Amino acid sequence: MIKNFFRGSFAHLTLIIVCVLSLLPFLWLFSTALKGAGENIFQYPPQLLPSDPTLSNFKEVLRLVPIIGYVINSFIVAAFTVVLNLLFSAMAAYPLARMEFFGKKTVFFAVLSTIMVPFQAIMLPIYIITLKLNLIDSAGLVQGYLGLILPFAVNAFGIFLLRQAFLAIPKELEESAVIDGCNSWQIFTKILLPMIKPSLAVLAIFTFIGSWGEFLWPSIVLTNEKLFTLPVGINNLQGAFSANYRLIAAGSIISIVPIVVFFLSLQKYFISGQNEGAVKG
Amino acid sequence: MSFLLKLTPYFFLIPAFVILGIFFFVPFFQTIYLSFFDYSKDIYNPQFAAWANYVYLLKNPLFIKTILNTFYFLVLCVPFLVIFPLFLAILLNTKIRFKTFYKLIIYLPVVVSIVVVAIAFKWLYAPEGLLNYFLELIHFHPIGWLSDPRFAMFSVALVTIFKGVGYYMMIYLAALMSVPKDLYEAAEIDGTDSWAKHINVTLPHIMPTLALVTTISSISALKVFVEIYVMTHGGPLDSTKTIVYYIYERAFENLDLGIASAAAVVLLLVVMIFSMVNIFVFERKKYGL
Repeated sequence: MIKNFFRGSFAHLTLIIVCVLSLLPFLWLFSTALKGAGENIFQYPPQLLPSDPTLSNFKEVLRLVPIIGYVINSFIVAAFTVVLNLLFSAMAAYPLARMEFFGKKTVFFAVLSTIMVPFQAIMLPIYIITLKLNLIDSAGLVQGYLGLILPFAVNAFGIFLLRQAFLAIPKELEESAVIDGCNSWQIFTKILLPMIKPSLAVLAIFTFIGSWGEFLWPSIVLTNEKLFTLPVGINNLQGAFSANYRLIAAGSIISIVPIVVFFLSLQKYFISGQNEGAVKG
Repeated sequence: MSFLLKLTPYFFLIPAFVILGIFFFVPFFQTIYLSFFDYSKDIYNPQFAAWANYVYLLKNPLFIKTILNTFYFLVLCVPFLVIFPLFLAILLNTKIRFKTFYKLIIYLPVVVSIVVVAIAFKWLYAPEGLLNYFLELIHFHPIGWLSDPRFAMFSVALVTIFKGVGYYMMIYLAALMSVPKDLYEAAEIDGTDSWAKHINVTLPHIMPTLALVTTISSISALKVFVEIYVMTHGGPLDSTKTIVYYIYERAFENLDLGIASAAAVVLLLVVMIFSMVNIFVFERKKYGL
């Protein structure tokens, strides 16, 4: 009994410390954002609780920087990236799971090979091609968005995740649909897709998180501030307010609100643990 | 009709392959192609250079340094990311209270953009920042977390670790769920105490996952970029310049496409070795091999 108590409190103590450490950088940022101009943010010893908390930094940064615009851009890019990924990955996964055709092995290994090559190694030609296709923000809003979305519109991890899901569906279902006169497209949309909803949800959520946090590619292609996504815009705060960490902190805190809300409302998908590691770029 | 039916599978594959063709296969071969050309004299009139770019890289002390830096970074974060999340997962794979709460908080840094995490750490690392205050509390001298070449890479690795712990913890938790419960019970009847139990019972079961976490965390370590871009820009004195940073600089700042591509091919080869081990040894089932 006593031994169990100590074992239990050791676990709780450890986990509480880890949780505090996980939150500390954000809390410190939040505290800094709440400190007004009258309070020295380099005060010694540091004050975690602001003596006179104020929202003025938040108002100021929202006035000076189009953060809401960044949020909308990030949302547009992430939403379309998710939709295209679900559609294209599911379409590609279907024949790979349930059909026999000439060249299947080649297709399979072609998809697999894309997993082995890091984006960072081929980003230069991707950039050249994107320029040649004129998918850049200087050509217009739509082209700008397309340039952010299309290079990530298919992900081999997604194809394999959905292929596994299709493989788990019993063949008889499809056979009875064929007897009922369904064609392949109808079988795909009416019978198979609804059955892999859980996997589609997992793919959607992790693609969204990935797209939302993506920094390298948008920072390479974007030139027009109107199209800045959140990570690019927030990184830019550093240059804009180098002397004012309160505003950088306030902007950073605002930027994490949407994704934290998204995370907490869909928490069961993140912590069920069953599909972890399924999708990572 | 039957001819059309035969085309059906290809119809389903077209969209994915158009995208992969334009944004993966062509760039892949173009990277290799570009690595054999010299762009340094005239960017509009590249000259065939055979292996000159590779020879240049191998003789370039800065490039050698970035390779060593990258592996130093890997050694700093991978062991910790392999062991510590497993330890947390073992603690959480019990009937402990507030389990969901703990998992949510520890996972939170995974979903927050790395840019924000890096900015938050930059603030902690400030010369008069919170971490130096803690150091002084335990009677150490303040250090230049990001400004001293001896510590900068360590400070960057700390950010990567912070961002990664929750992710790998979830992978371990999923794997631990599949360890048969009766194995523990048998161990308990034998009177094995709890950490010995984990070493004898859990570890053999978790070995494949441990190996998997080692390869995937190594692959992401080799690709590290954003933390460095946001916090140090490769400095001070190139002490945090890694291979992707070098490629980025050469390609997008110096517009030296040939050298950048040759460096990219080096990255490609290193990452491919890790990936192949990963796919063909540890994740055969996931990919249906």
